[in-house]
Amino acid sequence: MFSEMIRQKSFCVSAVIFVILLLAPSFLPRFYTYFLTIIFVTALLAMSLNLCVGHGMLFQFHHGVFYGVGAYTAGLLLAKTSVPWWIAFIAGSLAAALAGLLIGMFCIRLNRLYFGMLQISLGSLIWAIAFRWYSLTGGDDGIHGIPIPDFISSTTSAYYFVLIVLGICLILLYLIIKSPFGSTLQAIRDNPERCAAVGINVRRHQLTAIVIATFFGGVAGVLFVVMEGSIFPDLLFWVLSLEIFIMCLLGGWFTFAGPILGAAIIVSLRTFVGTYTEYWTLILGIILILLIFFLPEGIMGYNYIEKFRAWSKRNAAERFE
Amino acid sequence: MLRVEELHKSFGDFKAVKGAQLMVERGQLVAVIGPNGAGKTTLFNLITGQLQPDNGRILFNEHDISKLPPHEICRKGIARSFQIANIFPRLSVFRNVQVSVLSQQKLSNKLFHPAGQLAVEDTNRILDSVGMLDKKMDVAGSLSHGDKRTLEIAIALGNEPDLLILDEPTAGMSPEETSATMALIKRLAEERGLTILFCEHDMKVVFGVAQSIMVMQHGCTIVQGIPEEVRQNSEVQKAYLGGE
Repeated sequence: MFSEMIRQKSFCVSAVIFVILLLAPSFLPRFYTYFLTIIFVTALLAMSLNLCVGHGMLFQFHHGVFYGVGAYTAGLLLAKTSVPWWIAFIAGSLAAALAGLLIGMFCIRLNRLYFGMLQISLGSLIWAIAFRWYSLTGGDDGIHGIPIPDFISSTTSAYYFVLIVLGICLILLYLIIKSPFGSTLQAIRDNPERCAAVGINVRRHQLTAIVIATFFGGVAGVLFVVMEGSIFPDLLFWVLSLEIFIMCLLGGWFTFAGPILGAAIIVSLRTFVGTYTEYWTLILGIILILLIFFLPEGIMGYNYIEKFRAWSKRNAAERFE
Repeated sequence: MLRVEELHKSFGDFKAVKGAQLMVERGQLVAVIGPNGAGKTTLFNLITGQLQPDNGRILFNEHDISKLPPHEICRKGIARSFQIANIFPRLSVFRNVQVSVLSQQKLSNKLFHPAGQLAVEDTNRILDSVGMLDKKMDVAGSLSHGDKRTLEIAIALGNEPDLLILDEPTAGMSPEETSATMALIKRLAEERGLTILFCEHDMKVVFGVAQSIMVMQHGCTIVQGIPEEVRQNSEVQKAYLGGE
């Protein structure tokens, strides 16, 4: 019953937040509307990664590649062909899922760290293509001024488009995590050997999870194009992958909404501290060290109520003595 | 039902199993006994596919299963428990059992349907039959050792197996827990008509329950037969009963 209450409460809280966010552009300056859009896109990217990292314990070290593949596919289709915008958007997401399937098929044969290492190398190949193939991708300059359909080209309309897509994706991700597929994935995370012994094809299940995660990563990439109207190779660079990995750990990788919080924190740091010093990652480093020592399961993974109870009980006991 | 013929497995230079033989008839409760290091666990891991044999055949319902991966062997109707409590520590007791029930009912790949509403009855029935219904919302990792071992058996039951393989179900248990567990195993065999194969290093526990006993030493099968026969066997007496 208690968990039922919490569930209702978190549903109400998310509904209230959603309504506030719907109204936000009407009273926020344009910069902050844009800033929130960045957080939304990054949050979706981190959420998609967390399906692998937190719920599947698959060390997807180079998730940024699929973000980039989604963005490049949609961006190139919009800039160089005359296909309708919605085909470009869907193609971007599917291309990311396809890349996830191809890279995943190789990586899935390896365990844990080796999985991540191979993914970094295969992912870097795709980065190299985007970086070097000047005639198609514009190389390290990327492509700017991609024609975005009129109804989502202004800051505010892009904001709404991103917010609505994010909302739909979060609901889908929530359903997936709560579904038999998700609960089996979490069981595999806890104990793959046991799962194989109850008749689950562990590798195929994990590969499916990767394809789903990379699909949503691709959606985030498409949203980036909507927001920025440009693409560049940094989207596929491993530094970004590391950043979103940290977002998952920071927010709480065993929780559902943790990565959103992680994304909000890191994007804020980059935006506000980054204007004062390019060494903003120094602060990130300090936060990380504190995190590892005090909150190993992330900010939302910490059971505050339980710890507070234990603490007040201990205090009461001390007074009693 | 299950026939193991001349099974061999080595790890480097060490021959863990050399020429093991085993017969399990449908409906029987079969025990494998032998001192620590006799190769019992290795034999079970070979049968359920965690390890691949170097040589020999494992026939289940007349099909050779010695080359199959674990999940396919499970789908053929063999479920198992492990010697160390091999559970899903972060999930609730209910979810632990539900994972195998969902897998059995081929629902594991279902997306978008809340798992909380699927296979609830079957899962509850299994938890009830092992006496853990009152603990179903507990996080599995926080259970006592005895309860974890019982949960192990419950997870295996979720697969509705024809053959249930239990690897030292009473390892690390107190005498009371041991007899409770053996009573549970006996009851499951009778109520569900399950065929059960288990191993044990304590002789006393086995003779009361098993209908057929296979004795192993140094990776070899010494003898398999009904308890009386095994007790009379001079080689067993020399190797095991007297030797302890």
